[in-house]
Amino acid sequence: MKDLFAVVMLSGIYGLLSASFFVAMDAVDVAFTEAAVGAGISTLLMLVVITITGRSEKTTRHNPFPALLIIIITGGLLIYGTLDMPYFGSADAPIHNHVAPRYINDSMQEIGIVNIVTSILASYRAFDTFGELVVIFTAGIGVLALLSIVRRPVDDDKIACINYSMHEQHLVVRIVTKMLIPFILLFALYVQFHGDFGPGGGFQAGVIFAAAIILYAMLFGLSSARIVINQPFIQLISAAGVLLYSCVGLVSLLNGGNFFDYNFLSNDPIAGQHLGILLIEWAVGCTVASVMIIIFFNFADYREMLQSNKHKYNQESS
Amino acid sequence: MLTGLFNYWIVVMLMMSGLYVVIAHGNLIKKIVGLTIFQTSVFIFYISMAKVDGGTAPILADDIMHYSNPLPHALILTAIVVGIATVALALSLVVRIKAAYGSIEEDEIQQQDNQFEADKKVRKEE
Repeated sequence: MKDLFAVVMLSGIYGLLSASFFVAMDAVDVAFTEAAVGAGISTLLMLVVITITGRSEKTTRHNPFPALLIIIITGGLLIYGTLDMPYFGSADAPIHNHVAPRYINDSMQEIGIVNIVTSILASYRAFDTFGELVVIFTAGIGVLALLSIVRRPVDDDKIACINYSMHEQHLVVRIVTKMLIPFILLFALYVQFHGDFGPGGGFQAGVIFAAAIILYAMLFGLSSARIVINQPFIQLISAAGVLLYSCVGLVSLLNGGNFFDYNFLSNDPIAGQHLGILLIEWAVGCTVASVMIIIFFNFADYREMLQSNKHKYNQESS
Repeated sequence: MLTGLFNYWIVVMLMMSGLYVVIAHGNLIKKIVGLTIFQTSVFIFYISMAKVDGGTAPILADDIMHYSNPLPHALILTAIVVGIATVALALSLVVRIKAAYGSIEEDEIQQQDNQFEADKKVRKEE
C-alpha cells in the first residue's frame, strides 16, 4: 500500500466495521460514537492532512525483522496472559461482580434514567467525564496553537475560481447535501436530548453536529462556511461548554453536596439528577462539536494558506 | 477454550498489527493509522469483557433480566472521542513537520537532523 488515500479509506472502513462489532456485543452507545468518529471525522481529518503532506509513501522500508521479532514476543506474551482470562460472555467474571450490579439494579431509583450508560457517564462518574472534556478542549487548544494562522490571506480570486469550478463539478452532491444538512443537524439535536432514553448523548451529538458543518464547508467552500461559523464565536462556545460543566459541579457543591452531586440541585433528588444530566450533556455536546469544528477549520485554513502561497510563488516566477 | 478466548486472540492480533505498522513504517501518517488500529483493538477488548451471555444492551426495560456490563461502555465512549482529539493533535504536528522539513518520512527527517548537527560541528571548529 503506497497510496495513502487508500490507506485512509480503509481505516475509515475499519472504524465502521468495529462499530458493528460493538453493536454485536451490546454496546450501542459506543458503536454510535465509533461510527460517527472512526468512519466520519477521523477519515475527513486524515484526508485533509494527506492533501497537505502528499499522497504517496516512499518505497524504501526499514528492515522488518526486528519489528516482527518484537511483535511476535509481545503477542505471544499477551496470548499467554489471555489464558487466565474469564471466558467471553461468562456472567460470573470478576468484572460483573464489583460495581456493575449496583449500576444495573439501583440506577433507576437513584438517577431515574433508562439508559444506564448515560447514568454512569453523566452522574456516577461525572468527575471522570469532566476530565475527558478538559482533555478534548486542551487538544483543541493544541491544534489552534500549532496551526492557527495569524493573518488569513486575502481571498485570492484565482483560488476562489479554482474552488468554484471544483464545486460546480459536484452539482448533484451539492444539491443532495443541501437537502440533507438540516436533517443531520436535527438528528444531532435528537441524539443530544434523547440520550436518557436510548443510545446517544452529548459526545455523539457533538460529533454528528460537527460532521454536518464540516460537510457544508467541504462542499460549499471555506469562505461561505466562514460566513455561518465565525472562529472566535466557536472558540467561545468550546470554552463555555467546559465552564458550564464545572459550574454544575460548583452549584451542587454550594448547595451542600459533593462536587457533581446533583441531588442537591433541586428539592427533589430525582429532578435534580435529571437537571444536572441535561445540563452537562449539553455542555459536553457544545464543547465536542465546537472543538471538532475548530480542528477541521484550522487544517483547512492552513491548507488554503499553502495553496495561495504556492499561487503567489508561481505568479512571481512566471 | 477456543471459543471462550477467541475474541481476546483477535484483539491481540489487531493490536500487534497496529504496533507493527507503528514500528516498521517510516511514513508518519501510516504510523498514526497504526496507532488508531491499536487504539480500536483496545476498545474491542474492553467491550468484549463487558459482554454477558444472554444479556442485552444496558438500557432498562421491564421484561429484561440480564444486561451487559455498562461500566466499560461509559469508559470507552469517552475514550473514543478523546482518541480522535489526540489523533487530531498528532496530525497537526505532522503538518508542521512537513512545513519544517519538507517531508514526512522518518529517515529523511533523521538525515536532515544529522546534517544539521554535522554543520554545527563544522561551524564550531571554524
